[in-house]
Amino acid sequence: MKFRVLHIAFLVITLAGTCWSQHAGATEHHAKAQHVAPVLSALQHTENSVDSSLAHHSITEHVVVTEKVATSHDEIAETSLHKVTNEEHAVSAEHGNVAHEGSGHAAPHRQIVMPQTHGKIPGFLFVIPFLPLASFFFTFLFGKKLGVRSHWVPIIAVLISFSCALKAFFMVKAGHYVNQDVYTWITSGDTRIAVGFLVDQLTSVMLIVVTSVSSLVHIYSVGYMKGEDGYYRFYSYLSLFTFSMLMLVLGNNFMQLFFGWEAVGLSSYLLIGFYYEKVSAATAGRKAFIVNRFGDFGFILGLFLIYVNFGSLHYHEVFAHASQIVGHSFSIFGMTFDLPTTIALLLFCGAAGKSAQIPLHVWLPDAMEGPTPVSALIHAATMVTAGVFLMARCNVLFELAPFALNVITVLAAITCLFAASIALVQTDIKRVVAYSTVSQLAYMFIGCGVGAYSAGVFHLFTHAFFKALLFLGCGSIILGMHHEQEVEYMGGLKKYMPITYWTFLLASLSISGVPGLSGFFSKDEILLMAFNSPLGAGKFAWFIGTLVAFMTAFYSFRLFFLIFHGEFRGTQKQKDHLKESPLVVTVPLMLLAIGAVIAGWLGVPGILGGQNHWGHYLAPVLGHPHVTVSHYAESILMGTSILAGVFGILLAYFMYMMRPDLPGKLASSLPKVYDLLKNKYYIDEIYINYLVDPTLKFSKNFILKVVDLGIIENIVNGIPRGIGGISKKMRNLQDGQISHYLTWMGVSSLLILVWMFTS
Amino acid sequence: MSVPLLSTLTFFPIIGGLSLLLVKKEEVHTIKVMALIISLIEILLSIPLFFMFDKTTHLMQFTEHHAWIPAFNINYSMGVDGISVLFILLSALITTLSISVSWEAIQMKVKEFFIAVLILEGLMIGVFCALDFFLFYILWEAMLIPMFLIIGIWGGPNRLYATVKFFLYTLVGSLLMLIGIITLYAQGGHTFDILKLAEHSFPIGLQKTIFWAFFAAFAVKVPMWPVHTWLPDAHTEAPTAGSVILAGILIKMGAYGFLRFSMPILPDATQAMMVPMLVLSLIGIVYGAIICLSQTDLKRLIAYSSVSHMGFVTLGIYALNQQSIEGGILQMINHGVVTGALFLSIGMVYERTHTRVIADYGGLSSTMPVLGSFFLFFTLASVGLPGTNGFIGEFLILLGSFINRPWVAFFAATGLILGAWYMLWLYQRIFFNPVNKKVIGLPELNAREICTLLPMVALIFWIGLYPNAMLGFMHESVRHLIEQVYGTGVTETVSQVSTLIIH
Repeated sequence: MKFRVLHIAFLVITLAGTCWSQHAGATEHHAKAQHVAPVLSALQHTENSVDSSLAHHSITEHVVVTEKVATSHDEIAETSLHKVTNEEHAVSAEHGNVAHEGSGHAAPHRQIVMPQTHGKIPGFLFVIPFLPLASFFFTFLFGKKLGVRSHWVPIIAVLISFSCALKAFFMVKAGHYVNQDVYTWITSGDTRIAVGFLVDQLTSVMLIVVTSVSSLVHIYSVGYMKGEDGYYRFYSYLSLFTFSMLMLVLGNNFMQLFFGWEAVGLSSYLLIGFYYEKVSAATAGRKAFIVNRFGDFGFILGLFLIYVNFGSLHYHEVFAHASQIVGHSFSIFGMTFDLPTTIALLLFCGAAGKSAQIPLHVWLPDAMEGPTPVSALIHAATMVTAGVFLMARCNVLFELAPFALNVITVLAAITCLFAASIALVQTDIKRVVAYSTVSQLAYMFIGCGVGAYSAGVFHLFTHAFFKALLFLGCGSIILGMHHEQEVEYMGGLKKYMPITYWTFLLASLSISGVPGLSGFFSKDEILLMAFNSPLGAGKFAWFIGTLVAFMTAFYSFRLFFLIFHGEFRGTQKQKDHLKESPLVVTVPLMLLAIGAVIAGWLGVPGILGGQNHWGHYLAPVLGHPHVTVSHYAESILMGTSILAGVFGILLAYFMYMMRPDLPGKLASSLPKVYDLLKNKYYIDEIYINYLVDPTLKFSKNFILKVVDLGIIENIVNGIPRGIGGISKKMRNLQDGQISHYLTWMGVSSLLILVWMFTS
Repeated sequence: MSVPLLSTLTFFPIIGGLSLLLVKKEEVHTIKVMALIISLIEILLSIPLFFMFDKTTHLMQFTEHHAWIPAFNINYSMGVDGISVLFILLSALITTLSISVSWEAIQMKVKEFFIAVLILEGLMIGVFCALDFFLFYILWEAMLIPMFLIIGIWGGPNRLYATVKFFLYTLVGSLLMLIGIITLYAQGGHTFDILKLAEHSFPIGLQKTIFWAFFAAFAVKVPMWPVHTWLPDAHTEAPTAGSVILAGILIKMGAYGFLRFSMPILPDATQAMMVPMLVLSLIGIVYGAIICLSQTDLKRLIAYSSVSHMGFVTLGIYALNQQSIEGGILQMINHGVVTGALFLSIGMVYERTHTRVIADYGGLSSTMPVLGSFFLFFTLASVGLPGTNGFIGEFLILLGSFINRPWVAFFAATGLILGAWYMLWLYQRIFFNPVNKKVIGLPELNAREICTLLPMVALIFWIGLYPNAMLGFMHESVRHLIEQVYGTGVTETVSQVSTLIIH
């Protein structure tokens, strides 16, 4: 423990040092950028036609995405690139020969084009988000009358959305993009903010993740939410969420991203607080919203900074000019910051809020107050990955800020370890899975932080399946246990809930990184890339990531054994009612289990004889970092992480199956550590004691009592009171006695005379 | 224009209000129906403004000009431009809703109440139309009287204190403005014509003096920190309709005054006072929001939130660029809609429970789910969720101020966090949490109440999703206003942050 803390501290200090030297001057930063450049240029595929065409074409209409290059090209990557090139040629023929301003600077980078399309947007793309929206309005307004039938419209809507998303995926795979505005949202001065669609490789993948998991959760909820008050409300919110999330991933500009960003926050708020009469649920919903606002605070400042420097919030315009901000700085409060670093960190601020990274992670575990299907959909599979999506989407901007990437990687690594360690001791099954989510999200951020965006998104993809499965499995258990969530009262559920058991097992194996299952491939890719990364934080992240792989396997199987094996520890009444959940619940589990097993096969690495289709498919948007690690080293790394996972499972088996007395003994022998973990490092208490309460006290005892009612009100009421007082005294002068009047007259005349002669 | 539309809009409700005098005071229902019809006709009359307004010019439109007191060169002169036109429409709407919400809430002196409301409507619209300082001042002062009566007669238990405070606060400010007006008249070529005064250039010293004289009147009205303390009292004691009109229209007049008078007539002082005004606005935003956290009274909390939101408005105005000013004007409308709607809803609840103490509520969503949904929309608009009108206004204001001075936007953006905190907390304490026994069995909103709230929801989403419908009115006038402050063609220099890539 102590060693780990020291290690982290050391790294943080080293990083702070790097930061300092970077701020010392923009030139130094430049030097650093140059330092990366030759490496890249060496790897460059010089014959790439995209590159050569770009050197002398207009960039006004195109997006030029600089990216890191992999030496080895595959058929798929080549063909998809060629299609782009062709389109790019067609467009550039129309638009003159304005010289590429940044061509000198960007020369060492390979560049990839995402043209702005024109013409009609295919109708089915509109269907994807707007059908769920229509379903929201319908269900929200008429659901009360529909009662128990109110799930039909949302389910059908999301299924149609799903099929349209598949269609979009194949459209992109065939080489067609959409990147165009639908309508102008805000016009003011020279600001023009549009609503538009961008459908590229990244979007198409996200669309599938969102609509598929959403569809399954919709269906599952028929069984899970049966008989609940506000059944229609639940479904309308689910539809609203689906719409919001789809708008988030479909946007072609930062503003629409922000729209979706806040709208998913709203859905999350409503669904966490679904049981609003419970104080804890209502508070958790509010907490989620407010904590996210802290992230959004940074996010929106980041948007302003982007707008001010690029004059646009459209992705294609910002990314096209991204390299031009290198070396520029931004001043505020008399301090100067490196511009790309500031933008990257501000955007990450938003991402950390939504994706529950330290220090904004506190809302996610509390979000488990919501119904379990919501935890699966929003707080595991989709919404919380929005931060990862943001980073992947803006990878061009993040790549310009190596310091920011170091910070992100270190924070992610810390979050990863932190959340996993808490998950070791939690006893509420949903909380264990929630902390596991925080930890897995951190893996994705490590991936993005070390520049392996497609690996990060790959983990997002596989995680969506196995984590949704874990949550829905928890839901099935909770149903069977009559809304009991404490693992203390479970045990031996295997024989009562066989389908839940087997699917849960597959999900646990997948998250533990057992070879052949989804989680293995994506996690391994991230760890490899972290090790491979030239960033200072890369090796650190790899080390932590491997350690956490062990912890993940341990806590996952701890939970698994405690739930399904051993003796049943609940009440007799609970035992009598134990039975497998209905088909409407178990079929989604089985479908997700298929995903948890095979989703990873899309990205089988070369070393295992695969093609890594995943990486190549996303390469045009996310790039593909060059792997310098030898095959030999790569297999060592892989072996290590497999061992870590297997060892974790075995240890869990040993501690919870063979020696069930051990965990208790361990906890009592290390009471401080146990309490620290059990109480989640007291972060919530720290926030309440040092942030929330002081603000409330400041508000009440100082602002309200002293300033408002004390100073301002006294002055305001004091003036009329003072005037009243003076006039009361003046009244005494007019007492009706002639002698007094004469005296006053004399005195005043005298004073006037004195004044006249002296002035 | 052959029909004097603006005069009609100004005097129709006044005459209509006075015509209620003819009805016997026992015929309460007739009075209500008549008042409602008059206000609805007023809305119909105002609609041509929306459609016939020429958005391509900054010049005054629908102008009327008549000599009034020639000896002093005082004219009856009216007109609207892109800054004022929307407020006339908003006034007509808000008054109608106020009349609707008072349907059962007002039980005493019903006739007098509706007369006061209708006269107030006419005077408010007149204020937005007036182009002659003398006319403006008379309407501005006259407006105080019906509001004074509405709070003082139909208000809560502490109404006298509140109404006198309101009256004195604004009167003192107005008197200082009067001195400013007379000085302008004397120094600016003996005219009260606002447009002519704007063309006249005054020495900077004089401008600064008059700036603060105007400030006294307008800042009190907004209200800006630290002259805001009349607002919580006035809001708390006022009847629902009074609060709605106060929040919806009256306090917009302060900000309108800055835009219409301070900026065009005193451009140099405006530039010189920019930073102090920005700082006062920032204090207002943060102070108003923080103080909301310790409020125990429902209406008082919303009143303080107005201080915070109006801080955004003045911030936008004094960040002095196209985005921020358009955002500021839009935010004035938004605040009128959202806070107006919040007061309407609170009034509806108050009618049922007769308590404003937040702790007396809880779980109201269970007994009044429809109201819960409406209130949620208003809350979300208030915290500036994208898709609602509140977001557009705040976004443009923050963007504009970021372009101008990033640190201003930095501090102002904290208002977004605090705003979400106090509003959602309020929502939780009233509508969520275990059901309080005091709210058990409350009747749900009736059709009249739903119809009162629906227009507000429609506006929230209309402006939120298609703000250009409103912003389109402002572009030319705001551009002209900025030119008046900075001189032609120098708006680029306003920006302190360089834009690397200008398209």
